[in-house]
Amino acid sequence: MTTDPHEVAPVLEADAAAWHDDDTGPILQLRGVGKRFPGVVALRNVSFDIQRGEGHVLLGENGAGKSTLINLLGGLFPPDEGSIWFNGAPYSPASPLEAFSKGIRVVHQELNRLSNLTVAENLLFEHLPSRRGLVNFREMNRRAAELLAEVGLDISPSTVVSRLGVAQMQLIEIAKALAHESKLLVLDEPTATLTSKEVDRLFEILHRLKERKVTTLYISHRLQEIYEVGDRVTVLRDGQHVTTEPLKGLAIPDIVRLMVGRTVTDQGVFREDIVPTGEALAVEDLRLTETSPAIDFSVRKGEIVGIAGLVGSGRTEAVRAIFGADPKASGTIRVNGRPVAIASPKEAVAAGICLMTEDRKQQGLLLEMSCAENITITDLKRLSRKGLLDRAKENAASERLVAGLRVKTPTIFQKVGTFSGGNQQKVVIAKWLYRGSSVLICDEPTRGIDVGAKAEIYELMGQLAAEGKGILVVSSDLPELMSICHRILVFSNGRLAGEVPRAEFDQNRILSLAYEEYGRVRGN
Amino acid sequence: MSEGTEGAGERKTATVWDNFLRISMREAGVAIALVIIVLFFSATAPYFATPENFLKIFVQIAINTVLAAGMTFVILTGGIDLSVGSVLALCTVVGATIMVREDLSPWMSIPLALLACMATGAACGAINGWVCEKWKLPSFIVTLGMLNVASGLARVVSDNSTITGLPQPFVDFGNQIYFGVLPSIFLIAIIVILIGWFILRFTVFGRFVFAIGTNEEAVRLSGHNPRVFKIAVFTISGLTAGIAAMVFLLRLNVGSPIAGIGYELNAIAAVIIGGTSLSGGKGSIIGTLVGACILQVLATGLQLLGAEDNVKPIVIGTVIVLAVVLDTYRNRYLRKLEAR
Repeated sequence: MTTDPHEVAPVLEADAAAWHDDDTGPILQLRGVGKRFPGVVALRNVSFDIQRGEGHVLLGENGAGKSTLINLLGGLFPPDEGSIWFNGAPYSPASPLEAFSKGIRVVHQELNRLSNLTVAENLLFEHLPSRRGLVNFREMNRRAAELLAEVGLDISPSTVVSRLGVAQMQLIEIAKALAHESKLLVLDEPTATLTSKEVDRLFEILHRLKERKVTTLYISHRLQEIYEVGDRVTVLRDGQHVTTEPLKGLAIPDIVRLMVGRTVTDQGVFREDIVPTGEALAVEDLRLTETSPAIDFSVRKGEIVGIAGLVGSGRTEAVRAIFGADPKASGTIRVNGRPVAIASPKEAVAAGICLMTEDRKQQGLLLEMSCAENITITDLKRLSRKGLLDRAKENAASERLVAGLRVKTPTIFQKVGTFSGGNQQKVVIAKWLYRGSSVLICDEPTRGIDVGAKAEIYELMGQLAAEGKGILVVSSDLPELMSICHRILVFSNGRLAGEVPRAEFDQNRILSLAYEEYGRVRGN
Repeated sequence: MSEGTEGAGERKTATVWDNFLRISMREAGVAIALVIIVLFFSATAPYFATPENFLKIFVQIAINTVLAAGMTFVILTGGIDLSVGSVLALCTVVGATIMVREDLSPWMSIPLALLACMATGAACGAINGWVCEKWKLPSFIVTLGMLNVASGLARVVSDNSTITGLPQPFVDFGNQIYFGVLPSIFLIAIIVILIGWFILRFTVFGRFVFAIGTNEEAVRLSGHNPRVFKIAVFTISGLTAGIAAMVFLLRLNVGSPIAGIGYELNAIAAVIIGGTSLSGGKGSIIGTLVGACILQVLATGLQLLGAEDNVKPIVIGTVIVLAVVLDTYRNRYLRKLEAR
């Protein structure tokens, strides 16, 4: 190395090229990397190195900043501060294509597929073999067949991709990464959907890549398997770097300990004074598909019940099924002791259940419409006579809720698309308060919201519980759940793995439950 | 819920005026464009600024305005209705067939024809909407199918011929002119627009039309069934095609299976020029009326300027695209205004 990576001076193109063949020293260096999104700091002063040819594992709880880091590497957006050095040169890709041409390949969790094209076309899309602008199909299929053989997929290169299963798609994505020699391969939870046989196959491929000196950055929730692919591990927590150290000598409990202990700065207040009474919501034998495990639980009036679990553990799927937003295979739901048949959100709302969705912008709000219109959409009957809207009534009701929830807006006619995350969430709460319901399900109610608004939302939940409503809160923020909930249900890999009462709240215990089912899949 | 007042300090209570401004911004832009175009032709084209010419323009925009009124509902929900032209053709032959019957007095056959036109149109529209929602198909495809089906039906009903000999009172009403410049058929178009405006602006149904066009999933997750409303907007579009058929009969006094060819595109153009977004959720029916006016004023004005027939479509096509380009700038400006 001739240059100090700490020095963030502009580098000329020619100099960068000179370093290209430098094959000593770390392949990737992060120095003081920070990234902010509206309302949240996703990464804060993160610095660590990835050595050339190593298997590097990146760990952290939900929201620790792993995805943000991967997206920085993949060229989706630039960091706000700090610098990244790749292969000895400053690295600031303007697009995913540039990241990929510089030698970093990211295999995302959500698969980027061109569904209506063939496997071969998907595999070689970036560089289709061609002659004078015409695709050379024979050459394309030959190369695709080679790649498929390499990942052990026994399918024809001319299969249309939409016919493939998720696991096969995952292997296709990995084959795609092999198609173009990359220097750093980033795998975001590649095994989440694979069977153990396919996982073995994947590890075999990773070992071969390692012999070819390809560096891998590996993210997984399955802590057992990281020992098979990793040399060193980096742990992130709250967007900050905790440690980078050799995996050898670190046991799983040690790793969990490094991951937990998120700083608790925006804690809600637990309402000791509320004594839960009778049953508000009961869910019995809920199955999302014919073969999925049954989910049973209940929420009492005045009780705040948390749902913890990793992203993709079935938390959101379960509450959406309860609300009728997605179909379910079977299950009985009772509201205030009365069984209700719920096939669509319309019936759920009529029965007194409301759902504040995880995705405010796409599913919760009419961004291009006014604050008042968003609030009253849940119950227009109430402010109409013979189908005619009573605007005075609408404005009065909205004004009251906007004032009560302290939504910061100049007028109730402001479009909610212009609001901050916290204010948007308050509008979502307002619309359900306007409707009035006995069970509130909140999916990630404080995601992307600043500290002040968070506290207000916790306070509101407390008030609503005090009014006798049953509240179900899905959250990736464990300290948040531990501060406001009476009980926490823990989902793991589609199962309700356990329930922890307030007296026994402990981050270690809850996280162990959340990881429980992921260990079993690999037979450990 | 606490009725906290501390947060309200930085918030002024909204006035009716604020709301009016917010809603009229959209129409204002198109209206100004129309005024500029009218002034331009008044200054340059001979005979443009005469009562006779305005009368002619009013006669000519009536059919398109009625069609575009229904089209506005569909486009506001994010759909499209390509079938209105041939549904209009079907309705003209249905209406004319009833009115030419010798065994019915005009006072019997005219209302009956009106009802039959509206029912036929509404039925076609309802089928469009139902098929779209039942099988979750894009309305583009479904209404393209209906375009052909209705056109075929029109030929079957009319036995492939034009139907003439409408009752005299009907023909007379069609030629009626009020206050020297307002033809009866233009008044019908205005009434349709006003009813549409009232529905969109003051009813629960209208609110849902905008909400579904803005974010259908959010409406569903707010506990409603968007499908019912979507079927309803297609029914409305069919209904206005039926009314437009009556206007067609009033104006041309003939029911024809080949009437209305290309009318759907004019209707869509009027809606788009009027500032309604093709992706739904944004727009206004008053804008649609102005859009229809702009289209016809351009056509007439160019003619009076002595432009060749071949030049007209070139100019009009350019204006349609220009309107959408300007719309993106207007939206950007409005957003900036909102973000203040």
